[in-house]
Amino acid sequence: MAAIETEKQRGRYAALAIAAVVIVLGIPLWWKTTETYRAWLPFSQINELDSLQLQLSVEVEVVLSRGTLSPEQQKKVPLSQTREQEHQIDAKTVLRYRYETKYRTATIMEEDALNQPSAQEADLSLHMLSESACGSVVVYIIPETSTLLPADVKVYVGQRRTALLRAALFEGTAGLKEVLSTLEPQVKQVVDTMSFSHQDILAALSDRIRVGQVSKESLADSMRAIKSSPGYEITFSLLNPDPKSHSLHWDIEGAVNSYIQPLLDKLNPIANFSVDSQILYYAVLGVNPRFDNSVSAYTLNADSLAHVINPVEARLGSNAASSNPVLNFLLYVPDAQHSPLFIRDHSKREIPSNAFHSPRWGGIMVYNVNDMYGPEAEFPVDINISMSKVMGVFLAQLRLMLGVQKTQPPPGFVLQSAGSEGLADWELDRLMWSRSVENIATASTTITSLAQLLDQISNIVINDNIAQQVSSAVTSLQAAVAELEAGNLAFALQYSREAILASERAFFDPSLLHLLYFPDDQKFAIYIPLFLPMCVPIVLSLLKIANEIRQRRADKLAKKD
Amino acid sequence: SYLFIYLFYYITTKATQFFNSGHTNNWAVLVCTSRFWFNYRHVANVLSVYRSVKRLGIPDSHIVLMLADDMACNHRNPKPATVFSHKNMELNVYGDDVEVDYRGYEVTVENFLRVLTGRLPPSTPRSKRLLSDDRSNILIYLTGHGGNGFLKFQDSEEISNVELADAFEQMWQKRRYNELLFIIDTCQGASMYERFYSPNIMALASSQVGEDSLSHQPDLAIGVHLMDRYTFYLLEFLEDIHPASQANMNDLFKVCPKSQCVSTPGHRTDLFLRDPRSVLITDFFGSVRKVEITREAVNLTSAAEQPVEATKEPKSEPLSYVDQLPVAEIIHQKPKQKDWHPPDGFILGLWTLILLVFFKTYGIKHLKHIF
Repeated sequence: MAAIETEKQRGRYAALAIAAVVIVLGIPLWWKTTETYRAWLPFSQINELDSLQLQLSVEVEVVLSRGTLSPEQQKKVPLSQTREQEHQIDAKTVLRYRYETKYRTATIMEEDALNQPSAQEADLSLHMLSESACGSVVVYIIPETSTLLPADVKVYVGQRRTALLRAALFEGTAGLKEVLSTLEPQVKQVVDTMSFSHQDILAALSDRIRVGQVSKESLADSMRAIKSSPGYEITFSLLNPDPKSHSLHWDIEGAVNSYIQPLLDKLNPIANFSVDSQILYYAVLGVNPRFDNSVSAYTLNADSLAHVINPVEARLGSNAASSNPVLNFLLYVPDAQHSPLFIRDHSKREIPSNAFHSPRWGGIMVYNVNDMYGPEAEFPVDINISMSKVMGVFLAQLRLMLGVQKTQPPPGFVLQSAGSEGLADWELDRLMWSRSVENIATASTTITSLAQLLDQISNIVINDNIAQQVSSAVTSLQAAVAELEAGNLAFALQYSREAILASERAFFDPSLLHLLYFPDDQKFAIYIPLFLPMCVPIVLSLLKIANEIRQRRADKLAKKD
Repeated sequence: SYLFIYLFYYITTKATQFFNSGHTNNWAVLVCTSRFWFNYRHVANVLSVYRSVKRLGIPDSHIVLMLADDMACNHRNPKPATVFSHKNMELNVYGDDVEVDYRGYEVTVENFLRVLTGRLPPSTPRSKRLLSDDRSNILIYLTGHGGNGFLKFQDSEEISNVELADAFEQMWQKRRYNELLFIIDTCQGASMYERFYSPNIMALASSQVGEDSLSHQPDLAIGVHLMDRYTFYLLEFLEDIHPASQANMNDLFKVCPKSQCVSTPGHRTDLFLRDPRSVLITDFFGSVRKVEITREAVNLTSAAEQPVEATKEPKSEPLSYVDQLPVAEIIHQKPKQKDWHPPDGFILGLWTLILLVFFKTYGIKHLKHIF
């Protein structure tokens, strides 16, 4: 009897011990081994980034030349004003613009510079005097009677960051405050053209905000300009459909070095560029041009241009090693049978450049060579293509593609042409403003959606390198926003570029793939055959022990009574 | 009729306006999820859609084609290097201009999801990537064997509708598409688009939940079914579309009614922002580019240019090309002397077996007569 009792006791202890081991050791072990490795991510900082609050600070310097202010007014200058504008775009996006305007009178040397015969020379001598910081705007106010600008021109925007504004400031006893308040809207118009306008920033944020708020011109510009990317590939192709008649020579390397490379070097803060070129033989346009008797030439009208690109694109190669967006610039020399070939626009007028472009893809120019040889020439004719004319068109198209050129300036404005570098400083500033904002917005959306994704799907492994990328993206983003607030445009752009690189690398890391979707019923189906056979004896024996204890207690109680 | 002319003019100008669809480029992801000879029709489905999409203008660099690609050179194919989509072998959709990006065992759920979300290893070449941006319209076409809520990939794995919906949501988060058209031709196809929740997706399926999609017609010479019904009628519809066509999505929804398809095709447009009536077929199947005239040119001085010395190439005699295919030689050629090879394994094995059986039956004592 005692032996049975000890046996039962040992049995009870065994069951309890097994249950204890299962619960204390087994369950934590199973939990630990089936969990996925997830490195720590700064979720709180990422949530802060979700609501984008950008402050853009512009430094404006307004220089009043002689003749614009009366002597008493001149005494109160120099002074500085700060103007802030706040726009609440939607629940999560707030934009604040801060214009710090400093008014001062012109120095003797600047007066001399402004006395030059033409605006161009004035501009040239003005920027020999001083260098203005990236992102700032300097406006020189010249009196209404000045002959520096032609009669109908109110503003002349130079190649650097200066503009000449002809203002009608009323004489008399008006105080400085009134004078400056009449000047303010005109200066604002100049600053909007030279740095950024609200529409430009909205268009740069088009990822985050819905379409309705952006004006049509800005939307067209944002659809035409290629998206912000760390690098671009530019390909120049010469299409020769008729090598038997034309033997074409083009000095593409020299042309790129002299005309395109200065622009690309200047755009270095924005992105990296790689340029290549190719010649394609027997490549035809997909559309048959029609012969127009009135000009005795072949014409392509604007409606058929859309179908030209696709058959050609199948032939164009691209650099397989990089995933950067490609901009193609094609030079098509028509075959001898279909020369000359002109492009007509929608109103059937001739186009001087004889070229067209497609947004985010590139441009095509038709170069006629039929006037370079007579009918008695022996084929194939050697033809040297005049690269300056070609590059002029390609440069204009490249400026459009990269988002440098915007829609028409306001009336009364004259923008000085870009010069040898192909890009004015203020145009670069414009691009830098919109690119910084775009990069910051994209990087913050990427990081927040990545954090959301990782939070939602609990069986994605987060490696250490991803956590590191995310952290560096967050710090770069915070630095970029701070630099924008301080007004250091160059640093803001640099930080925003780093932020976007890090966030893209984190988001598109190949290891972040949740492959297996486990619906709950499948989870049960997997675990029940494993755990149920093991748990049944344990649970039953525990129940038996509990029953015995209850029985014993009932007996004790019965005994007591 | 004046009103009609005015309307027509208005419609054509509307079509050429910049903002009509908001996309600047087109991509297509065409996936055939089956392998093995008896799934010939799925490969023919995808290749026919591939051909239409190429004909309407999308270049190979913008098409990601995933095929098991084991039909054309299959041992059972009576016409090697061809895949036909019409009985009586009318239309060879394989040809010599097919660029398959993922073939054979590369067609997996993982690769498909990686292509969609962009999470490919850095060594992946450009042709295997979906490099779409926020202004791309993407056409996704899936075909194969499916069930309620899943699609089978190559008989070894499946993708569920939840995973697909999550992949599309990740694409939307990263703005990898402007609008998405999703077409699926499998059994119970409508279950695959039930779980979508990202905006700007339009989905079409060949059959509802609980219905099977049926194949169209067998070819007795090849011995298998050549196409599925839904894709067959879809192709008939696409044959009438040309790059300048104005047909819209409502016409696409009417393709293959129950009388022709036996299953009920379904579609889903609630996530799509635009009205399907204003969406052109060529917005997804073709690649009509927006084009602008270049009005200005930068004035460049040619001072930096030196006239290129026209290097006079020495006059060479007119070139004549070697006959690529010397037919005359081939016809009159003597048959090549084949070198002697010892009989291969099968023959040896067969004779060994025969000898063994003989000696087993009749006894080993005969062996000494042989050796």
